[in-house]
Amino acid sequence: MNSLAQPAKWERWLWPLVAAALLLLLWNYSVAWTRTKVFPSPLAVERGLAELSRKGLMWAYIGDSLRRVALGFGAAAAVGIPLGLTLGWYPAVNQVVNPVLQMLRPISPIAWIPVAILMFGVGETTPVFLIFLSALFPIVVSCVSGVSGVPAIFRRAGRNFGLTAPQLLARVVFPAALPQILVGLRIALGIAWLVMVAAEMIAVDSGLGYLVIDARNSGKRYDLVVAAMLLIGLIGLALDLCFRRLREIRSIRWGFRDES
Amino acid sequence: MAVPVMTQLETKLSAEHIHMTFTRDGKSTPVLNDVNLEVAKGEFLCIVGPSGCGKSTLLSAIGGFLSPTGGEIRIDGETVRGPDPRRIFVFQERGVFPWLTVEGNIEFGLFKLAREERARRVAHYIKMVGLVGFEKAYPAELSGGMKQRLEVARALAVNPDVLLLDEPFGALDSITRLIMRGELLRIWREERNTVIFVTHDIDEAVQLADRVAVMSGRPANIQKIVNIDIPHPRDISAPRYLELRNGILEQLGLAHQI
Repeated sequence: MNSLAQPAKWERWLWPLVAAALLLLLWNYSVAWTRTKVFPSPLAVERGLAELSRKGLMWAYIGDSLRRVALGFGAAAAVGIPLGLTLGWYPAVNQVVNPVLQMLRPISPIAWIPVAILMFGVGETTPVFLIFLSALFPIVVSCVSGVSGVPAIFRRAGRNFGLTAPQLLARVVFPAALPQILVGLRIALGIAWLVMVAAEMIAVDSGLGYLVIDARNSGKRYDLVVAAMLLIGLIGLALDLCFRRLREIRSIRWGFRDES
Repeated sequence: MAVPVMTQLETKLSAEHIHMTFTRDGKSTPVLNDVNLEVAKGEFLCIVGPSGCGKSTLLSAIGGFLSPTGGEIRIDGETVRGPDPRRIFVFQERGVFPWLTVEGNIEFGLFKLAREERARRVAHYIKMVGLVGFEKAYPAELSGGMKQRLEVARALAVNPDVLLLDEPFGALDSITRLIMRGELLRIWREERNTVIFVTHDIDEAVQLADRVAVMSGRPANIQKIVNIDIPHPRDISAPRYLELRNGILEQLGLAHQI
């Protein structure tokens, strides 16, 4: 086997695992050597996770966080995809709406917290709204650029075969833009997962974001803080991996051929 | 000056006094200047001309994708007002839809037909263009020549009267291009569509066409129509072939020696 060959499957798993193990060791010995009283060791975090699991809080909190992200992200996709397709399809409308979008886009969803609480009060709707807002803009932007990037010859071929405008949108423009739209959805899901943590810190009393702030405030349980951080990281990674699998669908894969 | 067509044949397409001027940033560029053309039913017409002279513009106007700023194009006596499945425009192989399989691409224009008829046509044209065994393949898995055949099959499947080909083999390597010319002639003899084929390759035009329309530089009109009176299969070293080819080269103002 030469060096250009694809690494074997076990090798692709082995080395990242070795790296993770080394990092855990580094963490463990850093805590031991500095004799810190505040920062927990990996073992302490593991015990914290076991405690959460025993109390039944771990799965309940994971479920709550996932539900809020699913609702907010789902709503953002349901609103953002049609909106983005429309804006991409009618450049004149886009010219009118785009400045407003571009002005709203750089406002961090965190800045919306007071407004969200004013509108929806303290409760379930506020974090879902913040997640929705954070996911909406990347989805709209990717749909607009996906649609306007559809090569003219595809549209022309569609018109040549006698497609009406709605048919052209459904059978040519949407599938041609789909790889780009998926990129936007994936970015949006990543952002939604980030914003979930902040949103749960302020408006609700369950979920992984709540766990971070609650563990610190009620008794400085830094083992639980780090445990929550680990869970957030691992679930975020899992979500992203699931999304990446969509690229393997054959009617989409053509749009990702240059990437590994 | 209308170009006389072989009188015993029915006229399929006529272009009369076509003018086309593009305006951009307040500057107007005349591209076509009084183009007159008649194409007979079932004829294979090639349009050659210097690069950028407006050959593709003329073809786009015939396809209904551009409306001329002056003059009229008629097909079967009916003025062309927009794209229509009765005349299909074939691009270089880039025009196939990458999100559809070979079957899906060929079926694309057949949405008004019943399912059995669709399946029959898909099978027929897959066979005709030699893509049997690749029905479920995606364009990314095909070679350039196969993609080009797929695009031709997608066009033929809707039974168009007129095929408009815009330098269809321009992106292929020279061997594949030669094979594709033979394939196109074979398919044309089977289907007998009217074919208008734009190319900048004079050899290609003389090998394929019944007549070759030679366009001038911009603003372009049709300088000359050359009858290619050699029966198929054509011997590309025959004196008559060379004579016709050299005549077109001369018409374009190109010396035959490099």
